[in-house]
Amino acid sequence: MASDGPADGVGGGRGAAMAQGLRAYGLIVGMWVRSTLAYRASFVMMAFGNFAATALDFVAIMLMFSQIDALGGFSLPEVAFLYGTSGVSLGLADLLLGSMDRLGRRVRDGTLDTLLLRPAPVFAQVAADRFALRRLGRITQSLLVLGWSLTRLDVDWTVGRMLMVPLMAVCGTAIFGAVFTAGAAFQFWAQDAAEVQNSFTYGGNAMLQYPPTVFAKDLVRGVTFLVPLAFVNWLPALRLLGRPDPLGLPGWADFLGPVVAALMCAGAAVAWRFGLRAYRSTGS
Amino acid sequence: MSGAAAAEQLIEVDGVEKVFSVRRKAGRLRRVRHEVRAVDGITFQVPRGEMVGYIGPNGAGKSTTIKMLTGILVPSGGRLRVAGIDPARERTRLARRIGVVFGQRTTLWWDLPLKDSYELVRRMYRVPDAVYRANLDRCIELLDLGPLLSVPVRQLSLGQRMRGDIAAALLHDPEVLYLDEPTIGLDVISKAKVRAFLREVNAERGTTVLLTTHDLTDIEQLCRRVMVIDHGHLVYDGGLDGLRAAGDGERTLVVDLERELPPIEGVPGARTVKVEGPRQWLAFPAAQSAAPLVAAVAERYPLVDLSVREPDIEDVIATLYAGGRVPEGRAAADPA
Ligand SMILES: Nc1ncnc2c1ncn2[C@@H]1O[C@H](COP(=O)(O)OP(=O)(O)OP(=O)(O)O)[C@@H](O)[C@H]1O
Ligand SMILES: [Mg+2]
Repeated sequence: MASDGPADGVGGGRGAAMAQGLRAYGLIVGMWVRSTLAYRASFVMMAFGNFAATALDFVAIMLMFSQIDALGGFSLPEVAFLYGTSGVSLGLADLLLGSMDRLGRRVRDGTLDTLLLRPAPVFAQVAADRFALRRLGRITQSLLVLGWSLTRLDVDWTVGRMLMVPLMAVCGTAIFGAVFTAGAAFQFWAQDAAEVQNSFTYGGNAMLQYPPTVFAKDLVRGVTFLVPLAFVNWLPALRLLGRPDPLGLPGWADFLGPVVAALMCAGAAVAWRFGLRAYRSTGS
Repeated sequence: MSGAAAAEQLIEVDGVEKVFSVRRKAGRLRRVRHEVRAVDGITFQVPRGEMVGYIGPNGAGKSTTIKMLTGILVPSGGRLRVAGIDPARERTRLARRIGVVFGQRTTLWWDLPLKDSYELVRRMYRVPDAVYRANLDRCIELLDLGPLLSVPVRQLSLGQRMRGDIAAALLHDPEVLYLDEPTIGLDVISKAKVRAFLREVNAERGTTVLLTTHDLTDIEQLCRRVMVIDHGHLVYDGGLDGLRAAGDGERTLVVDLERELPPIEGVPGARTVKVEGPRQWLAFPAAQSAAPLVAAVAERYPLVDLSVREPDIEDVIATLYAGGRVPEGRAAADPA
């Protein structure tokens, strides 16, 4: 295949590229964090705004539960558990990679050129660009809800079950991160793809906050097999909460989270590589 | 194909092409694909330490060439090496050894103060502290950056930003500096400052410089060698003087006589093109020496003063661009 754009390699093998990328990511993030914290008052307000905006979602759920006892058969602590796990996953992915939806503009106006001049993988530079520390607001809020739900859930907490919660967060972050990355990669061809990607990430999160039982079966199938967001929290949470799976998948499917996350990351990496190769700068 | 001679060439471009395939609307729904040959088989070498001007009309392929030399774009054909590195394949390794300034856009971080951008460059390129300090201090001094260091890039004027960009490109001691229109939009004083700085960098550091511009004064003041590209083809590669001689360029002998006289006649190789009181203008081929002309005039006319004017380089280049023709005996493949 003829390509216009360069590979994102560094000529020292994949390990060297990874190390170089992480280092550059750290440097750029550090710089944005320092420059954010230089205006502390403004940062606190932004972070609080981010916290409050996401908190409103949960207030809506609590209001609902003042009228009803269960939603799709799930109690308030159970819904809070879904809400918290999905929110933490999305929040982390959003913090780490959320700025990538600006890539489309860089492709269109050719400013991606300047990133290609620096001795670091473009991916790391795009991901770290304008690192928004205020997104800690969403993570904090989700963690609070999750923490509260853990104290209220009627679960027999074995070590295995306890370990499942952080594992869910890690896999969930990776899955959402892969969606962010794939979304960014498509912006090399379609510069408005960010909207589509947002509907999968933020939209997906809004869905995962509720029990799968309140959605149509086809929709649940879609987020299981097509864009497997169900592995962020639904499937492992059903197992943890001892609930039947509305799709009737075999029991081991609940533990596929890490596999799904790894496959999605690999797919996103391939999409990214192809996308970058299609980059051909602009005429001026 | 390497050897002692090849090692001297820091930039090697061999039959390099870049073809963009673009889709254009044709009718309401139909789109036709067609090819733009932005760079159409060019070949040149630049030895270490040289400062080369790269000029050509709009759309000639200058920026495209530079983008291939930096690894931003992958050539569609041909072979390209910078410091022995294939730019597209080892972009990040090459990045440490080159500096790039695009006059049209900044490589700095838009929202950060200049000094934060520099700090980030230092760490990203792993510039040793002492080297960084020395380079930064020199840039601050020669480019007058002192008062600008704490200003966010987006608040800098065009000329200030350009100086900031040039400094950023040099902090890591690059071996090659590519400048794509570094004086675009600058006032006379800024231009002079930038030129003086570039001359110094080239002389002191031996930094190889490839410079595109539409301001021929840049070339006249900085480069002994100039390459002209048109429609993706290299149409001239040689000295600036050769370029003058290559055009239809004629030099002009301006003579001041003691008094008003009829047009000077009978001077072989020259013709009088203008008379204004006691002053007369004689045109003669650029390649010809002025001495015999002067002698011939002085012999028969009461001469008070004289001067020789070089052909206007702008005119030479305008004819070159318009004709797109290769000046005789100065084919592109034969650098002076
Ligand atoms: N990314 C691109 N996609 C499609 N065509 C392009 C692209 N970049 C350049 N071109 C085309 O390639 C040709 C050469 O463009 P280039 O930018 O190299 O010219 P240039 O010599 O730098 O001109 P200028 O003096 O105007 O800057 C032009 O015809 C331009 O339209
Ligand atoms: Mg250009």
